[in-house]
Amino acid sequence: MYTLPSKLKLFSIIIMVLGLVGMTYGFLTTPKTIEDVKEIMAAQEGHHSEGHEVAGDGEEHTANFVDTARGEEGYSENAMEHATDLKPEGHGVASHEEHLLHQLQTRPWSATLVAAFFFMMIALGVLVFYAIQFASQAGWSPVLYRIMEGITSYLLPGSIIVFLIVVFAGTHFFPWQNEELVAGDKILQGKAGYLNFPFFVIRGVIYLLGWNLYRYFSRKNSLAQAESNNYASYRKNFKASVFFLIFFLITEATMSWDWFMSMTPHWYSTLFPWYIFASMFVSAITVLALTTIHLKSLGLIPFVSDKHLHDLAKYMFAFSIFWTYLWFSQFMLIWYANIPEEVTYFIIRIQEYKLLFFGMLILNFVFPILVLMNSDYKRVPWFVVIAAVFILVGHYIDIFLLVMPSTVGHNWYFGIPEIAALLFFMGLFIFVVGTGLGKVSLRPKNDPFIKESENYHF
Amino acid sequence: MSSHYEAPIREPLVLGEKSYHDISVDVGAPILGKANKSWWIVFTIALVAFLWGLGCIIYTVSTGIGVWGLNKTIGWAWDITNFVWWVGIGHAGTLISAVLLLFRQKWRMAVNRSAEAMTIFAVVQAGLFPIIHMGRPWLAYWVLPIPNQFGSLWVNFNSPLLWDVFAISTYLSISLVFWWTGLLPDFAMIRDRTNSPFQKKIYGILSFGWSGRVKDWQRFEEVSLVLAGLATPLVLSVHTIVSFDFATSVVPGWHSTIYPPYFVAGAIFSGFAMVQTLLIIMRKVSHLESYITVLHIEYMNKVILLTGGIVTVAYAIEFFIGWYSGVPYENYTYLSFGAATGPYWWAFWALIICNFVVPLTLWVKKLRRNIVYTFFVALIINIGMWFERFDIIVVNVSKDRLTSSWAMFQPTFVDIGTFIGTIGFFFVLFLLYARTFPVIAQAEVKTILKSSGESFKRLRAEHGDD
Repeated sequence: MYTLPSKLKLFSIIIMVLGLVGMTYGFLTTPKTIEDVKEIMAAQEGHHSEGHEVAGDGEEHTANFVDTARGEEGYSENAMEHATDLKPEGHGVASHEEHLLHQLQTRPWSATLVAAFFFMMIALGVLVFYAIQFASQAGWSPVLYRIMEGITSYLLPGSIIVFLIVVFAGTHFFPWQNEELVAGDKILQGKAGYLNFPFFVIRGVIYLLGWNLYRYFSRKNSLAQAESNNYASYRKNFKASVFFLIFFLITEATMSWDWFMSMTPHWYSTLFPWYIFASMFVSAITVLALTTIHLKSLGLIPFVSDKHLHDLAKYMFAFSIFWTYLWFSQFMLIWYANIPEEVTYFIIRIQEYKLLFFGMLILNFVFPILVLMNSDYKRVPWFVVIAAVFILVGHYIDIFLLVMPSTVGHNWYFGIPEIAALLFFMGLFIFVVGTGLGKVSLRPKNDPFIKESENYHF
Repeated sequence: MSSHYEAPIREPLVLGEKSYHDISVDVGAPILGKANKSWWIVFTIALVAFLWGLGCIIYTVSTGIGVWGLNKTIGWAWDITNFVWWVGIGHAGTLISAVLLLFRQKWRMAVNRSAEAMTIFAVVQAGLFPIIHMGRPWLAYWVLPIPNQFGSLWVNFNSPLLWDVFAISTYLSISLVFWWTGLLPDFAMIRDRTNSPFQKKIYGILSFGWSGRVKDWQRFEEVSLVLAGLATPLVLSVHTIVSFDFATSVVPGWHSTIYPPYFVAGAIFSGFAMVQTLLIIMRKVSHLESYITVLHIEYMNKVILLTGGIVTVAYAIEFFIGWYSGVPYENYTYLSFGAATGPYWWAFWALIICNFVVPLTLWVKKLRRNIVYTFFVALIINIGMWFERFDIIVVNVSKDRLTSSWAMFQPTFVDIGTFIGTIGFFFVLFLLYARTFPVIAQAEVKTILKSSGESFKRLRAEHGDD
């Protein structure tokens, strides 16, 4: 039996409290009126003579930088207008200050969503990995079932929080929820059949129900299997896993459209859902490996050997490459064709987030491929931990880049709201997962493949 | 590799009371025996089709591409459709030999040899089309970046068609090496078992003096793993690059970022369907029912279900984003209301029925374990995946941005004849292979006999696992 070490428990509570304070601070200190924004701008102008885009001087910078970049390439203004005018304020409708005010008010929301989704997707990704193990009748992984179940215990609180954020964020995230904007935008009117608030909420509820119900029943069956002397519960789990995977494949796509792609409602990419899935999956396996190493270091899982760790590290390695493959496919195809409607997505990310955008590739691809190539290293716990830290930081940045450029644009910082949200959700994750792991014995008994898994060599 | 213990719940992979010797005899039989009448009949038919196709190719090259049904709007039709179709079919072979090796799927051992052979023969067919669809195929060597007397005039590395050249040629060479490495112990087995001096000579050359020492086996396994590790990204990248031919363009319907993984999933889907088609016949005529069992067929059907499901979700995504984009041109793409009701409605519905509706029946366990039924579903999927490529290529360009250049495509007998010719050529190669190569990797099957063989599993059930 595992109990969350008291120091770790205390640590998680402390960072949760710190995070909560920081997040509150973030929400309370957003500017309330245009006057506040003007003050901020004046203050910043005092600090740097020519600094961040924020300090731009009204008139010339009202058109956002994308337009400027496009103008240089000779696109007509009309052609770019509908493609780049992604913010509710729009061209000429409101002033630069109003636009800025909105972005600054959005910042704590975005900071919270990034961290909240990052930890939720880990739990969800582990749940998918778990379902795949059942559906494929894996012989190596049953020893890890209880660990996976422990991690997925975060799914229920995590997914509810993310759901609440996206439902209550309103126009902070989703310009299509601004009725005035939709009234003046033909493209958004065309999408209203999908992008409307009631349907958006209903879809969110369906995702939550589907994912959490599978989590609940698979855990129940898995525990029942330990008490039984036939394989009835196992068979139920097998079936449930297959159907969950189908459900997930579909809802993951719509979830990505709803919660992320519709932040820039004019933009679209068909690969987008699968790209998010790759990020989710590799982070999840990484956390599974970290948790396994933690439990192993406490001596609680003698039946898990370094061969199992080797396999997990191989998955980290392979899915890092897979993520890069999808990242590159999406990026290269949009870069290559350079269609104005589509390139806006990458122009803002490259122009305003250059270091993060390309740095993420080093963390998510170059490091894992170099560190985890050697098969001996994949069995060395501290080595895997190093790779895991790279991967997790890299995929946090990935989610950051998914949200921030679409919501706060070039007014991004990595400051108190971002760090606080990260701390809070990390604390919550550690606490919930630690408690979840401690509920039952870590050795799944009576699974049909458990003996194969314990005898597993590679 | 993995431990010898196997959960009793797993079904056996080798049926009957087989010993190591039985495996050698069963695998060697088609090579050491004589071809029967039906082999000669089928071979003749394939040869005739091949020669007919060769005639069509010679006619095309000597007369001009105008003998095909292409027009100014639709510059790619059957040629590239067949190219993508054949490349796609080839992908299952590498998936079975490389990806399933990485996933330690023991069932791959009975099917990998034939799947790899299928890969190589399919890639050979695919490789014809990039050459013969050129207007001046005799200048094809200009696609290679070789120093020359034109002030060292080089190629432009920005074109996905050039990437195709590298992808396909690398793919063919790696697959060939991977396949041949695996064949060494099996050729050696034939060399040692044959009584004919001629065969002994030939298989002695083919097996490179394989003697099966411990050190050799150690390196053999390591090489297999490394090649599998290299072939897996290769198989993904090859069809990805094929998909780039379309996705990098600005043609509505072609320009879609999901193409890379979606084409790969489709390739595995169609490739496995072809493996099913071939192996269901082969296990019967070569008497290999003990090795290629119903379980193997069910597993392959499950892979078909998985990749078919992925492809279906990709169809749905394409369809949805086509609508969501709000771009009016998207209503004429291959997956749109416009396509479902337009002049190519039959191609649209052929795609939906063959690739989505019919494979759904495989969810029923009885049907996916039914060999005859599987055979027909696999055939239908092969047809459906041909239509998928036809739809992507022809439907999308038939109604592009300017209504004044809308057009329809009508194949000529040369288009059709060339395609039939490649099918003939494929079967000529495959039939020759089936008579001269060990069609099951006997050395590999012997490694799982004691853990997964039916009789050994029974022994363990009777006497305990340990």
